[in-house]
Amino acid sequence: MNPSEIRFVKQHLIDPEICIRCNTCEATCPVGAITHDSRNYVVDASKCNFCMDCISPCPTGSIDNWRNVPRVGVYSVEAQFGWDALPPKLADEELMPAELGEESTAAGALTDGAAPLNGQPLQPSSAFGATVPPWSAARAYTNLYGPGAPEKAVSATVAGNVRVTEVGKEYDTHHIVLAFGATPFPVLEGQSIGIIPPGVDANGRPHFARQYSVASPRNGERPGYNNLSLTIKRVLEDHQGNPVRGVASNYMCDLQQGDKVEVIGPFGASFLMPNHPKSHIVMICTGTGSAPMRAMTEWRRRLRASGKFEGGKLLLFFGARSKEELPYFGPLKSLPEDFIDINFAFSRTPSQPKRYVQDAMRDRAADLAPLLSDPDAYFYVCGLKAMEEGVVLALRDIAEQASLEWASVAAALKRDGRLHLETY
Amino acid sequence: MSIDYAEKIPNNVDLASDRALQRALEQWQPNYIQWWHDMGPDGAQSFDVYLRTAVSVDPQGWAQFGYVKMPDYRWGIFLNPAEKDRKIHFGDHKGEDAWQDVPGEYRANLRRIIVTQGDTEPASVEQQRQLGLTCPSQYDLRNLFQVNVEEGRHLWAMVYLLHRYFGRDGREEAEALLERRSGQTDNPRILQAFNEATPDWLSFFMFTYFTDRDGKFQLCALAESSFDPLARTTKFMLTEEAHHMFVGEAGVSRVIQRTCQVMNDLKTDDPAKLRAAGVIDLPTLQRYLNFHFSVTIDLFGADESSNAATFYGTGLKGRFEEGKRTDDHVLKNETYTVLQVADGRLVEKQVPMRNALNEVLRDDFIRDSIGGVGRWNKVIEKAGIPFRLKAPHKAFHRNIGSLAGVKVSPDGAVISDAEWNARVDEWLPSAADRAFVASLMGRVVEPGKFANWIAPPVMGINRQPIDLQYVRFN
Repeated sequence: MNPSEIRFVKQHLIDPEICIRCNTCEATCPVGAITHDSRNYVVDASKCNFCMDCISPCPTGSIDNWRNVPRVGVYSVEAQFGWDALPPKLADEELMPAELGEESTAAGALTDGAAPLNGQPLQPSSAFGATVPPWSAARAYTNLYGPGAPEKAVSATVAGNVRVTEVGKEYDTHHIVLAFGATPFPVLEGQSIGIIPPGVDANGRPHFARQYSVASPRNGERPGYNNLSLTIKRVLEDHQGNPVRGVASNYMCDLQQGDKVEVIGPFGASFLMPNHPKSHIVMICTGTGSAPMRAMTEWRRRLRASGKFEGGKLLLFFGARSKEELPYFGPLKSLPEDFIDINFAFSRTPSQPKRYVQDAMRDRAADLAPLLSDPDAYFYVCGLKAMEEGVVLALRDIAEQASLEWASVAAALKRDGRLHLETY
Repeated sequence: MSIDYAEKIPNNVDLASDRALQRALEQWQPNYIQWWHDMGPDGAQSFDVYLRTAVSVDPQGWAQFGYVKMPDYRWGIFLNPAEKDRKIHFGDHKGEDAWQDVPGEYRANLRRIIVTQGDTEPASVEQQRQLGLTCPSQYDLRNLFQVNVEEGRHLWAMVYLLHRYFGRDGREEAEALLERRSGQTDNPRILQAFNEATPDWLSFFMFTYFTDRDGKFQLCALAESSFDPLARTTKFMLTEEAHHMFVGEAGVSRVIQRTCQVMNDLKTDDPAKLRAAGVIDLPTLQRYLNFHFSVTIDLFGADESSNAATFYGTGLKGRFEEGKRTDDHVLKNETYTVLQVADGRLVEKQVPMRNALNEVLRDDFIRDSIGGVGRWNKVIEKAGIPFRLKAPHKAFHRNIGSLAGVKVSPDGAVISDAEWNARVDEWLPSAADRAFVASLMGRVVEPGKFANWIAPPVMGINRQPIDLQYVRFN
C-alpha cells in the first residue's frame, strides 16, 4: 500500500533455497501472481497484491520474503527463475528517500544498537505484523477488479482535487475524491486501491498500477454517494535530490474534476479496524501513511456523532518533517481530546530537537503499556518502511519496561490480528 | 460418550444436517480413537504438541496453530469448494456432468480406489509409531506428530466418502481400515511398501520425501476424478501432503548439510572416519536414496495395466495435471514407451497409452523427485564437495511389472545374479549400514538442541523460533 509516490516498492519473493516446489502457494493465490518453471516458484510483482493468502499455507516459510527495491529495479519473473538463492538486500542508503532520509537513519541506528532478543537476533520487524484481521472487522471485499477478476479495471470519475499543503512550500499533497457512480466498489478503512496511469513507460509497456490507501470511511468521503478519497503527495525529485517527476503522483495531482481514472482493487483483508464497542485503536504513521488513520478516525467520529456506538480510546502518533508537511486532516483537526489523543513528532522543526514517532511513543509508554496487553486494543502502523523497525522496537521496550514478556505479547498481537504493519 | 459432532469435527460438509452420516460416524469415531491409542505415536498421547489444525478450507482457516494433545486433535472433514457445473474432462465420459453420486457400474472400482488410498494413511502412522522415542530434536518430533495427525485426517477424508456414498459396504470397509495392521502377517496393510517398519529417522525422511510424494501424485490423479466428492476431497488433502514432503526434503537436506560440515571440518571423505565422528557418510545416504526411490516407484503398479486403462476410460482417475495437458484427454490412439528386458538388454516398447498410465504417472513422479535430489546436491556443492547424489535408473531394484526380478544396476545396466549379489551392498543399505544409522538414533528433546548427525533447520514452524518448546511432555 503506498499512499505516496512509489519509487520504492516492497517486492514479495520466494526463497529458492528453502522452497520445495509443493505448488500450494500457486494453487492458493487468488490473483494468479505465482508461477513456476522447472527450477523455481516465483511471484510476479505486477500481479501480487499482498493479500497474504499464500503465507500460512506454505509449509516451509520460504514464501515469507520481502525486499525493498526501486520500482524500476523490480526483479522480473524471468530473473527469479534463474536464481539459486535470494539476492542480497539493498543497503539502507540505496533505499532511503531523500525527504525522509533522517527518519530512516534514526530507525537504522536503533536497529544497530538494539539488544538481541533472548540471545537471538530480532526477527525482521515485518514478521511481527498480523496476517489476520481483528475478530470484529467487517468483511472486506478484495480483488473485485484486477488481473485475476472478470473485470480488469473500472473507471472512476474525479469528483474533487484539492491541494492541502500551502502553495509555495516544497510539499504538495492533494486530497482527491473519486466517484464510482453505479459501479460497485465497496471499501473498508485500511484497504487500498490501485490506479493505472494512462500511457506507457520508457520500455513501451503499460504502467504498473500504483496502490493508494483509502483515506475515507466505508460509507464514503461524502456519505451515501459511492465515493472515496485518497491522499497523494506529488513527487518532484528522487532521493538524491535530482528532479524526477513521479508518474502516478503527478498524474493524480494534476487531475481535473470530471476526469476519468482506471481503478483496480480493492486490496487488503487484514489491515482492518475493529468494530466492537470499547475497542481501542492506536495509530502510528508518517506522511501520507496517515490516509488509513484518517479513514478509521473519521468512521469512529461518525459513529460517535450517531450516539449509538461506544468507542474506545483513539491514540494517534504522527511523524513528519515539519508542521507544514502535515497533510490535511480535515475535520479531524478540531476533534475533542476525549475522542482522540494526538501526538505529533516533527523531525525538522527549527531550534527543536529531532523527534520521531517512536520518541513520541516512548513518552507515552505509561499509556501504551496497558494497551499492549489489552485484547481490545489494536495497533496500526503505516508509513515508510524505515519506521517499521523503530516502531516495533519501541513497542518491545515499552512492553519490557512494564514487565510484560515481549515474546508472548508479540505472539498475541500477531495471532489476534492486533498489530498491523503497512509500510513501503 | 456424548459428542457434539458438529462441534467436535470441523467440517464443511454440513455434518449436522445429515443424520445418517452422523450416526455412522458416531459408531466409527470411538473405534478410530481406540486405534489411535493402540497404534498411534507410542507413549506420546499425553503430550501437548504445537500442531497445525485445519478448521476450514480457506487460506486463513486451514493453518491454525496451537498446543493440543494428539488424541484431542480435531480431525475434520473438508472438501474443496464445489466448482459449479463441473464437467468430466477426460476418458469416455468427457464432456458429461461430473458425478455427484456413485454410478452403480463403477461402484466396486471406486470403492477399491478409495480403500487402497485410505489404507495407506493409518498404515504410515503405524509404521512410524516408534520414531518418537529416538527423535533428533523437539522440532523434528513435532513435525513427525504433525505428519501423523494429518495422515489420521486423511483417513477421515476417505472414511467420509465410504460412509457417505457406499452404504453398508462402505461402513464395513471403514471398519476394516482400522483392523488391518502394518506388517502383521495375518491381516496386513494392502500395499507392501506400507508393511515395512520405518526403523530410523533417515528412513522417515526418505519415506516422507519419496513415498509421500507417491501420495501426492496419486492424490493429484484422483483430484481429476469424475466422481466430484473424491476430486474435492483429494484436492484439499494435497495442501497437507505438501508439509509431509517438506519434512522429508528438509530432513534429508539437513542430514547432508551436517555431513558436509563434518567432512570439511575433518578434511576427509572417508566413510569410516565420518562414521566415527557420528555423521552419516554420503555413500550411505545414496544407498538409502536408492532403496526408497526404487521401493516407491513400485507403488505406481505394473507398467502395463488394464486396470489403469479402465480407471482412466471410465473417468475414475486421471493423469497428473490432466487439466493442464493439451492432448485430446481420451487417449484411444496414443502410445507410450515402457521398458522391457529382451535378450539381456533393456529395450523400449510402445504400448497403448491407456494401458501405460501407471508408467505415465511413475515418470511424472520421477521428474518431480529428481528436482529435490538436485536441491540436495546444491547443499553439497555449496560445501565445495565433489560428490553428487543421483536417482537410480527406473529399472533398478524393481519388484512390480515387467522389470520385476530383473537385475539392473543403478546406472541401468542389466547384470547377472552373481554380479548383483556381489555388489548389492554398494547399492542398497546393508544390514551394517542400517545398524550404523540405528546406532546414531538417540533421543534429543531439549528445546533448540539437535542430534549430532543433523543440522538445525533454517527457520522454525509458523515463523516461531527454532528453540520453541514445540512439544510439552506431560
